[in-house]
Formats: sequence, structure tokens, C-alpha cells
Amino acid sequence: MAAATTPETVELTDHDRAMLAGDCGKAAAVAMRILITMAGVYGAERLLDIEGAHIDGCLYHGDSGVDFAELLVAGGARVNVPTTLNVGGLDLLHPEEFAGTAERRAKALRLMECYEEMGCRTIWTCAPYQTTPRPAFGQQVAWAESNAIVFANSVLGARTHRYGDFIDICAAITGRAPAVGLHLEENRRGQVVFDFRGLPRSLTSATWLLPAIGYLVGERCGSRVPVLLGLTDADEDGLKALGAAAASSGAVALFHAVGLTPEAPTLEAALGGGEAEEWIEVTVDDLRAGLDSLSTVAATQEGAGTECEADVRINVVALGSPHFSPREFAELLPLVERRPPASSVEFVVCTNRQALEWLEARGELEQLRGIGVRVVVDTCVVVAPILRTPAGGILMTNSGKFSHYAPGNVGFDVVFGSLSDCVDSAHAGRLRRDRELWP
Amino acid sequence: MRSLVLVAGNGAGSVLRLEDPLSFWGGVDPPTGRIIDRRHPNCGDSVSGRILVMPYGRGSSSSSSILLEGVRLGAAPAAIVLREVDGILALGAAVARELYEQSPPVVVLPPADWKAVPEGAEASVDVSGRLRIAG
Repeated sequence: MAAATTPETVELTDHDRAMLAGDCGKAAAVAMRILITMAGVYGAERLLDIEGAHIDGCLYHGDSGVDFAELLVAGGARVNVPTTLNVGGLDLLHPEEFAGTAERRAKALRLMECYEEMGCRTIWTCAPYQTTPRPAFGQQVAWAESNAIVFANSVLGARTHRYGDFIDICAAITGRAPAVGLHLEENRRGQVVFDFRGLPRSLTSATWLLPAIGYLVGERCGSRVPVLLGLTDADEDGLKALGAAAASSGAVALFHAVGLTPEAPTLEAALGGGEAEEWIEVTVDDLRAGLDSLSTVAATQEGAGTECEADVRINVVALGSPHFSPREFAELLPLVERRPPASSVEFVVCTNRQALEWLEARGELEQLRGIGVRVVVDTCVVVAPILRTPAGGILMTNSGKFSHYAPGNVGFDVVFGSLSDCVDSAHAGRLRRDRELWP
Repeated sequence: MRSLVLVAGNGAGSVLRLEDPLSFWGGVDPPTGRIIDRRHPNCGDSVSGRILVMPYGRGSSSSSSILLEGVRLGAAPAAIVLREVDGILALGAAVARELYEQSPPVVVLPPADWKAVPEGAEASVDVSGRLRIAG
């Protein structure tokens, strides 16, 4: 990254200065002060206009987030560009799903209300790119939420730097962001090539492996821009899963998948005409290592017999990080119809309201609930007390992001598997794996 | 040692070195400052009151919230000494300054200096970004 400039050297427009001076209200002045400090941190010489924002700050992590939102609301904050909201701390449509204390619930709710009062659209999803409208190719936006950032940059070709809580709303209120990082063409070229061409096609086209691929890419490339060469057949849900995993294990905010993402029609285009800093030939062993790092339960690794797997009891199956799409529900439904979850297993799917309405309109929501599948909206099981099963058990998932965060955030051991493995294991109450698929 | 100041402040404590990057979100428990990411080699250590020497943050953008919450609860690091500029941690500190009028300094050292900061040493960072190691 570039060396930091000092806030004093950031070039401001007259309107920026007016906001800083408080002419547009107290909240705009706070927002501008923070933006200018951050422009200094990022080494930006100026700010640029943005056309949209996605806010992560609406998720309750503690009272400080509420304090900040209240400070802005009291200062008359209103967003200046179309702005959407990430998950909150509870499911507003099904408040009974919340298993935390009344105090925490009240605070999470107040935080969500503050952002609504500032004029944000209440879509409450970590997959805003699967709702409409979504940013166009080349559009400058300020997005927070690591998986949304990587999707917006990589799959949509929109341009956002890696923003987090607080600066997201500062950008939305002012309509400005530091002109730095992935906003700028020169920083978007690929740096590290991950070459998957030596792997059998059965592996490079296996969508359930994409989280493991993302995870190993994130671990190896840190904050550099990776180029993935030789992946085939990944659809948007697959790229979403890959990006979310890469943004969990590393600081990946943009990847290029040659032939799949818009800035990478060819390897040369992905590298922006330059040379790769590093070229990594990915092997089957690398893929196994990626898969292993997605599970904290050792009994499932290569070499363990099926008898051993049968002894791993599954307490929770959690899907939908990032939020499940209609297409993913369409894949899940026939599987759980055939093999419904055992009563000993808590089966939860996190999604957004748009997908929920889609399910409801088709009569499938009732069907899923009847089978024993809980569908949670507006929030997610690793960020809010949603699970009813006491911590300490084993959670199975097909999500690299759940797999990464569930142990620390909700205290479960995790086992990663394909969607059909998750369904089969929930049905048996014990770990089940299709060994044929395993590399 | 002279550092690049991302967010200025004063802080003193003993050095906790993390060779691996750490996501504060999902990685640090705000009320205690304990590292809870079980995949992290320093899992179980506490960042509270320490001169936290780490290469950069990783993962979720919610890490700035966790740092801010740590400041509110008095369990934040005394200072954060990075090897690479990290906007997400700097932001948590910048908002802490705006909201609570206090924050740990966040600074960046050149790689050779960063590597030379000894684990466990008593150290301090001042507003100008100078890092002093006792003894």
C-alpha cells in the first residue's frame, strides 16, 4: 500500500470544505473529519464521488456502534447516495428467532432503526448483489462487508475499496470516498496467479470445492490481487462462495477468474498487461489442505475410515453465508425432501427477504419449515444469538465463511462439506460424506 | 524507532508479537481482549494493554467495531504497531478518538524495524510515532 499522506495534504473541493465546516449539519462534519483522516491513512490525495453505498455498521457488536449511530442521528445525518444495509443483529420478521437477552435485542434493534432513520434501504443482507438494483460495471461505490466488497469488485466490476463499519456511513452521508486503492484502475491488476490447470476437470468444475479454493487463495495471497486460472463452471453463487472464503482467510477484496469475471476475459487482461509477481501451480494436495483448514474436527481427514466418520455427531447444520439465493434454495429443497433433518439436528438457513418472498410465493417456505428447516432473514447465525443448540457441539456447513467464523464467534467446532453431504449428515445425525467426490 | 503515524496517540505496555495477521472480528473478545481465533497461533493471549505488534489485519471489515468496543470497555491494546498500512484498524481508532476522545495509537514500522521489536519487552509509542523500547 502507498505511504500515508497527512490529512492536511488531502485536496478538498469547496463543497468538502463546507461539509467540514458544519454547513451541512453536525453529522456531515463528523463524517468528513473521519473521511479526511482515513484519506490520510490510505495515502489518498483527494476524495472522489460515489454513486452508492452498502453499510455494515448496522450490525450490533456492542454499545460503541450504537453510540456512533446515535451521534450521527442526533447530528441530522441523511444519506446522500442510494444506500443499502447489511445484516443486523436480529431477524425483524421473526423476532422469536432471537435467543439473546432482552437488553442485547433492544440495542441491536435501536442500531438498526438509527440506520433506517438516516435514509438507508432496509434490505438487511450480506449479499446485496443478489438483490436489485446492483452496481454497474465501472461504477464507483463505497461498500463494506468483506464478501460483498469482493463480489462487487470481482464479479460486478464495480469499484470499491475495502471499507468497514463507520467509514461506510461517512461516505454515504457525504457522497465522497478517498480516491485510493481499488477505486483506481492501476491498483486493480492481478498480482498473483493461481494456476488450476494441472488439476483434473472433475475438481476444477466442482462448485462445492470453491470455498476451499477461495480459502487457500486467501491464505496464500494476503492483500494482493489474485488471478485464478483454469476454473470452469463457477456461477454467481459459486463465485460468491469463493470470494467470501478468500475474504475470510485473507484480505482479498478483488480477484480475477480468467474467463469468468468481467475484468479477466484473458490472463493478459487480468494482469493488466504486466507480469505476475508470483505464479502458484495449485496441486491436489493444496486443495486437500484448503479443505482441511475448513474443518476443525480432525476425524474427517484423508485416511480416516468411514467407521471413524460415523462416530462424528452433527448438532447443527448452518447454510447461507453469504445469504442463500433462490437458486441455492432450489438446489436444497429436493435434497431435504428426500432426506429430512433428524430431530436431534438444528438445521438453519440464513437468507434475505427477497429470497424469502420468492420461497413464500411458491409455497416452499411452509414446506421447508414442515421438514424441520429454519429459515432466518435479516441476520446470520455467526453474528447474532440465533442458534438454539448450546455451544460446544459440531456445526456442519458448506460455507467457507461460516466455517472460518463459527468456532470463534459461536463456539462450535466445524465440519465443511458439500450441500448434499450437509443434508445427508443432518438426516443421519452423524457425519456422512460422499467419498467419491473427495479429492 | 520512527514510524508512520496512522492515528496519533500515546501508549505504553509490554510487546505482544503476532507473526500471523489477525482479524479482530471473530478473533478478539472485546471485554477481555483475549484472542479467540482458534486457528491463530496466539489464540488465548490477550491484546489488552499490550503494544500489539502485528503485520496487518485480515478478514472482516467489522474489525474496526471490535477495536472501538475494546476502547469503550478499556480492553484495547495500548498501541498497534503494524508492518503494513491497515485501514480497518486505523478506522476503529479514528472513530474512538471522535466518540470517546481516546484511542490507541496506530502506527506502521518499516519491515526491518518491525521485525526487530522484541516479544515481551516494555515499550511505548508517542504522538509523533516514536517507538521506544526499555532497557
